[in-house]
Amino acid sequence: MTAQTTIKPAFDAEAARAQFPILSRTVYGKPLVYLDSGASAQKPAVVLDAMRDFAQTDYSNVHRGVHFLSAAATDAYEAARRTVQKFLNAAREDEIVFTKGGTEAINLVAYSYLMPTIQPGDEIVLSVMEHHSNIVPWHFLRERCGAVLRWVDVDDDGSLDVAALDAAIGPKTKLVAITHMSNVLGTVTPLKDIVARAHAKGVPVLADGCQGAVHEIVDVQALDIDFYCLTGHKLYGPTGIGALYARRAHLKGMRPFNGGGEMIREVSRDRITYADPPARFEAGTPPIIEAAGLGVALEWLVGLDRAAVAAHEHDLIAYARQQVSQFNWLKVIGDAPGKGAILSFEADGMHAHDLATILDREGVAVRAGHHCAQVLMERFDVASTTRASFALYNNRADVDALVAGLAKAREVLHG
Amino acid sequence: MDNALRELYQEVILDHSRHPRHYGAMEGASHKADGYNPLCGDRVTIYLKLGDDGRVADIAFEGKGCAISQASASMMTDLLKGRTREDAEKLMEGFLHLVKGEDAPGLSDDDRETLEVMGGISEFPMRVKCATLAWHTYKNAVEEGAT
Repeated sequence: MTAQTTIKPAFDAEAARAQFPILSRTVYGKPLVYLDSGASAQKPAVVLDAMRDFAQTDYSNVHRGVHFLSAAATDAYEAARRTVQKFLNAAREDEIVFTKGGTEAINLVAYSYLMPTIQPGDEIVLSVMEHHSNIVPWHFLRERCGAVLRWVDVDDDGSLDVAALDAAIGPKTKLVAITHMSNVLGTVTPLKDIVARAHAKGVPVLADGCQGAVHEIVDVQALDIDFYCLTGHKLYGPTGIGALYARRAHLKGMRPFNGGGEMIREVSRDRITYADPPARFEAGTPPIIEAAGLGVALEWLVGLDRAAVAAHEHDLIAYARQQVSQFNWLKVIGDAPGKGAILSFEADGMHAHDLATILDREGVAVRAGHHCAQVLMERFDVASTTRASFALYNNRADVDALVAGLAKAREVLHG
Repeated sequence: MDNALRELYQEVILDHSRHPRHYGAMEGASHKADGYNPLCGDRVTIYLKLGDDGRVADIAFEGKGCAISQASASMMTDLLKGRTREDAEKLMEGFLHLVKGEDAPGLSDDDRETLEVMGGISEFPMRVKCATLAWHTYKNAVEEGAT
């Protein structure tokens, strides 16, 4: 028998788009142009159908009963864990902890990994372009344990200053917490280089992969990274489910976060022992249908030619960047080389919320505000930006609609 | 252009947002409050001089934010100057009804006409908070903002 190569069909953006039922709806009588996938992506029919089918045929609680459905649901839940494992190329399935999202994954590391050992004056290194979910948990350690936050700047084009990051890692650094891809700037960070520099000084690295996992191919073993966090709903999957990848050695030493059913080995009146990871960190009934949905979403995503998907998204951002350059009143924030498909901008004399309202009436959904990144807003001295974020189902016509909407907003607000 | 948008961004509102009335910090204010909408980052500071007769002797604001939030603040300062506190309360109540698309029976015809300019916001529920920020901040200044 000869070795088989899996041949994936070439990525067909229009065929992919057709798999998302919501994209055929209209808003205010206009075709929906969904450019807010950075906040949450839409779901393909295959995910929606699979969740309903699972609920209708195989659903029960997991890990509990001996009955048929409990076994079927447990199988589906654990199969989803193996899908996440494969998606991240983790060495072991028990290195994947299901969480309710990226935020909970980061909080879990803060509470269970770092908090028990951190001392006043110990440092956590993070960049100014972090989402609040990768800032606030570390602020907790500052407030409660006396940890010091060391901030690493970005260049004016939004590129991470890796040399500055390296310089910020000192003898008191206990963790580097860094985004894989900025939700505002689109900047993709060189994780492998960052991990190598941090490990050279004995410091572990956590990556917030909520955006990065969607657009980049992640291999946690090749990255040699300690912690990688992702969320399901940006990965074309459901809300309420995410995952933490953590090395087995770290997980084994981590204390539990939530207490409850499922996470114990033995409970008596005066004594308790805990389950091994990952169950130790999955107290209570997990989001079972959502986990199954995430598994299906990831299978669907890896079934596509992801290099071609990335090329499609890069084409969209390049096209959008070039199209908006015709507006001399518009300033793009974030132009780092190799950036992902996110376009944030400020418009002279037009507030982001007014812009977003006018675009909305044209059917164009964008995000306006600080994007849960107030430290970054301060770095670029802006109160808010308008953000168009692209997914694999977007096309050049969506960009054209955005551009037409922007011209119209200018006309409405400036006459 | 669609009518709801034209209604929302009508000339009066754009004019207030571009050329806000009573804009700037006030020396010797008797009351002051800061308003902030963390959702969108709109900021407004209201300064008041409340007279012994219970009237709003003087009012000013400073702020940063969308056209709606700044226009609403500007229009409010125009309306409230010289009013008694009771009158101002009634105006605010009427305004809060109007922006939700409800009847505002307590308003005089003149006040209604002025405030109805902002009524278009009722078609944009996500933006109502932009319009009400200044008013809530005014109330906060009167009740808790004595300097």
